[in-house]
Amino acid sequence: MASANPHAFIDMKGITKRYAGVTALDGVDFSVNAGEAVCLVGENGSGKSTLIKILSGVEQPTDGEIFINGEQRFNLDPRASSAAGVMVIFQDFSLFPNLSVAENIAFSTQLSKQNTLFKKRNARDLARSVLQRIGVDIPLDTRVESLPVAHKQLVAICRALACEARLIIMDEPTTALTELEVHSLLEIIRRLKQDGVAVVFVSHKLAEVLEVSEKVFILRNGKNVVEGPATDFDAASLTRHMTGRDLPQVTVSAISETSQTLLHVKDLTKAGVFEDINFELRAGEILGITGLLGSGRTPLAKALFGLTKPDSGRITMDAKVIPLGDPLASATARIGYVPEDRLTEGLFLTQSIIRNVAVGRLTAHERYGFLNMKSLNAEADIWLNRLKVKAPDIEAPVQSLSGGNQQRVALARWLARAPRVLVLNGPSVGVDVGSKADIHNIIRELAASGIGVIVISDDLPELLATCHRILVMRNGKITDEIKGASISEEELAHRLAS
Amino acid sequence: MKQATISSRLIHSPEFRLAIIALAVFVLMSVLSPDRFLSSQNLTSMAFQFPEFAILALAVMLTMMTGGIDLSVVGVANLSAVVAATILTQYAGPDMSVGVAMKWYLIAFAAALLVGALAGLANGALVAYFGLPPILATLGSGLVFTGLAIAMTGGSAVMGFPDIVAWLGNGKLIGVPVPLIVFVLLAIGLHILLTKTGFGLRVTMYGANPLAAMFAAINVTALILRVYVIAGMFSSVAGMIIMSRANSAKADYGSSYLLLAVLISVLGGVNPYGGYGRAIGIVLAVLSMQFLSSGLNMLQISNFARELIWGGLLIFVLLINTIDWASLGQGRKNSNKSG
Repeated sequence: MASANPHAFIDMKGITKRYAGVTALDGVDFSVNAGEAVCLVGENGSGKSTLIKILSGVEQPTDGEIFINGEQRFNLDPRASSAAGVMVIFQDFSLFPNLSVAENIAFSTQLSKQNTLFKKRNARDLARSVLQRIGVDIPLDTRVESLPVAHKQLVAICRALACEARLIIMDEPTTALTELEVHSLLEIIRRLKQDGVAVVFVSHKLAEVLEVSEKVFILRNGKNVVEGPATDFDAASLTRHMTGRDLPQVTVSAISETSQTLLHVKDLTKAGVFEDINFELRAGEILGITGLLGSGRTPLAKALFGLTKPDSGRITMDAKVIPLGDPLASATARIGYVPEDRLTEGLFLTQSIIRNVAVGRLTAHERYGFLNMKSLNAEADIWLNRLKVKAPDIEAPVQSLSGGNQQRVALARWLARAPRVLVLNGPSVGVDVGSKADIHNIIRELAASGIGVIVISDDLPELLATCHRILVMRNGKITDEIKGASISEEELAHRLAS
Repeated sequence: MKQATISSRLIHSPEFRLAIIALAVFVLMSVLSPDRFLSSQNLTSMAFQFPEFAILALAVMLTMMTGGIDLSVVGVANLSAVVAATILTQYAGPDMSVGVAMKWYLIAFAAALLVGALAGLANGALVAYFGLPPILATLGSGLVFTGLAIAMTGGSAVMGFPDIVAWLGNGKLIGVPVPLIVFVLLAIGLHILLTKTGFGLRVTMYGANPLAAMFAAINVTALILRVYVIAGMFSSVAGMIIMSRANSAKADYGSSYLLLAVLISVLGGVNPYGGYGRAIGIVLAVLSMQFLSSGLNMLQISNFARELIWGGLLIFVLLINTIDWASLGQGRKNSNKSG
């Protein structure tokens, strides 16, 4: 019987979680002392979110022990966990956009006190005192939806503090923040720590918060790989432990001098989202577009495929204008788009693997409305093989595949249509390291075969490893154009967030 | 190995369960009331009864495949029938020569189909262009269609048709009831449409994930329009059969058919969230329902109790299917692991 570490506020031992045959966590140990900042690092799919879900009582562990304040807890549920002072701030903050700052901060506290009536004055007093505690000044009556991202995050932190949080877990706290905002967040974290509040940062890129952290836990494939004092780590060693290997140095082959301009984007503007976007894409070129969350990179990607309609501007392919805001016209012009979120936008999860590929080519195998199933499936099968999708049974639902294989299925659908321009939004999100390298190779091969590829991503090593050129977006504008391989990751991160 | 997976898939399919249910109900009713339930008279009367709501169920099923629903099927059926009946009573009387009556009957039938198509187009437009939830859009439009039919007739039945009208609902072709033949043809047609055509595959994929369908450059708007137009035309055919069997058309015929059609679709294994459904499932579900309903009739159970049983059954089947899907997924994953 393991006994609890007397100093730890949270002590989790040998946590194992299995979902229907898949082991998400395998004997993971995790502990946080009071007033301590801890980084929980791992790639997508490494099990870090599962661990947080268990700690916050959303999921029950299959095996393992949880101690809070030295006391062993069984059947932790979300209410018990928050009563113990464990608060999670999710990436989207889960605030009520149409309520005021004060209401958002005081809401859960007032609820948990079981008051029948909402007392506005109490709410304002509480909100004011919490804001003072972290030393920030946000007008109490502003509606939360009108606040900038960094302020929303602060409101979420205040809400947690109003509930007497003893541990605040922050999911991807820095993805949407500029360097300046990260800096002021760190100041607040220092104050919280002095107050005895512990903080856990959960992320796959945490170099920025290392300086305020005491401990680092790294998860890989559901297991602890390394834990140690934060001073032992830097950005490079974090990545190495996270991925389990050094990323190979790949050089991007040059584009042929004679290659033609394929896509021409001119003065593309959508009010409040992006403006004056101008760029060209040559055949065989891999163009990266990056920026912080909310910089307009995803709306721009969607606009290129007609999924959002820009207010003005022009997209031309081979001097032919493509109608804006019409995905069918974009597809006819042989532009392909692989969306960021495979599960909701990219794939038909309950449908078979083969159908998920075939659906892109129905028109080509249709005569008088009737499908030639044989040729349709044969063609899809060729693409599955070409992209090395490992599937025991192509009739099985696509949701039975791993993230990397799912992404290949999504790619196969578009490649079967022989696109001339392929827009890949987050091509390796949620994909394991091995598949990631493979997907990068596929991207390079596609470009070498003359397709123009646009990679939209915030994964800087990915961009540096694949792109000939990188456009940096900030507040909806292209602020920088960088030749690939001419810049270090740190420098690129700085240009993104400064 | 391949054989094994095919047979295990068959056993795990909702249609297989349905076949067993249909058989069980048949056997149960035969045992409870052997001389009356198994009489050729009862069997024939069942074959005449169920096609009208079974065809409505096919219409509901197609829309349910997309994750939508069509609650206006009965309204469309009655409106089509009233339009056809009005044409017939205006231009063709009971004492007309067969040739001329036939001509007018075909014209009336075509008009009914047109009404169904237009009504479906309206439904599809509400769903596809205006983004209304199908359940509300068609609930509203169904009332509008019924209202139009009432406005045309003043609420009373339209009657006085040439004899030829009776054939569709009451006639026999080589000993088989004509409405049954119509239903079988439509069911086969729907099966082919769903499994052999690009349209059918698109419908299934759209039902599985509408957003992904849009991202896969499927013309979603056109797809939804066509789905509701086909559903509307199926409803018109059902309306013509009802008209023939009742030898009249009225705005509020078959009001209990709506619940029945929805129930049959769900019982038939169609996923109400879209993405799964087979015509054979509808056929089996219809048979189960008809066996049950005839049997209850013979056991002299009141009509009101019958509606209660149907409503209960609908919720029960939904629950069973939800539970079963979860464990089906589990079973599949486990078999993957071992294989």
